[in-house]
Amino acid sequence: MGLHDNGTDGPVAGTGAGADGDDEELAALALKILVAGGFGVGKTTLVGSVSEIRPLRTEEALSRAGELVDDTEGVDQKTTTTVAMDFGRITIRSGLSLYLFGTPGQDRFWFMWDELSQGALGAVVLADTRRLEDCFPAVDYFEHRRIPFVVAVNCFTEARHHGAHEVSRALDLDQGTPVVLCDARDRDSGKEVLIRLVEYAGRVHTARLLESVEPQAGPV
Amino acid sequence: MEGQWYDAEAGPLVRPYAMTGGRTKPGPHGVRFDLIALVVVDPDGGEGAVGAAGSPLGPEHRALLGLCRSETQSVAELAAEADLPVGVVRVLLGDLLEAGHVKVSRPVPPAQLPDERILREVIEGLRAL
Repeated sequence: MGLHDNGTDGPVAGTGAGADGDDEELAALALKILVAGGFGVGKTTLVGSVSEIRPLRTEEALSRAGELVDDTEGVDQKTTTTVAMDFGRITIRSGLSLYLFGTPGQDRFWFMWDELSQGALGAVVLADTRRLEDCFPAVDYFEHRRIPFVVAVNCFTEARHHGAHEVSRALDLDQGTPVVLCDARDRDSGKEVLIRLVEYAGRVHTARLLESVEPQAGPV
Repeated sequence: MEGQWYDAEAGPLVRPYAMTGGRTKPGPHGVRFDLIALVVVDPDGGEGAVGAAGSPLGPEHRALLGLCRSETQSVAELAAEADLPVGVVRVLLGDLLEAGHVKVSRPVPPAQLPDERILREVIEGLRAL
């Protein structure tokens, strides 16, 4: 955890990372954050409150859905069912943007998550304490794939308020996984959730880097 | 959309992959553009409305080019603004890439992360919002 990377030999090789503005357009860096959680927990609201663009919805046509949903052999079913994904953008500076994706809630669209989580910096799992179990699948998903995530408890006004560590215990989270109380409608609150996630993702990745480097590091 | 007897529930009226001639995967390059891959109009690319095989660009191709011209866009944004499924946009972008009209950035490979400096910049940027 105490590793101080001075940034010159960071884990990303050859992306240019947009540090020098020479070839700005091509060195542009986009980072992806997922927003997951049960239906109606406020994913769209959260994306909307922090995004600088009005929440856009993008639809993915499912040409692969037939393979995954149906067992019917030999039926080449190209379904045009669409999955809606909310997304938003935050421009940090020219050439560095953060993209937020609200993951599709329905179980049958799980395979979409695999694509979404490719190369993601991390995820926010939104939780509602009245229906905590709704976020179990998302928590499981990110834990299994070792994607850094924070749990953000959306404090609905009418809901009984629980402490962060109560939620952490109820969800049986790995130690260190942050739990943040938030109001998805509030921009500052949403920003705070994202800050906590980026900080945490940085810590997780640094720790993993150490893990992967240590065995071959010293001439033991 | 007012006054229409159908709504989004009815599904698209033109089957989306009709716009790609039935292709569901981008051309020979075989690259699958990430949702946040950034698309830039290639300044050296021909102005002509001609695709790689010499075939004219379709209206959807031109619409995508137009959107990229106004500002650098991610694949996801293009899909949303052009109101096309992402899968379709990928195929169309493949055509544009092949014909030299656009350049597409490669996203950060999985399991790699921008260095700490970038993350700090992101955190400071978020605070300053």
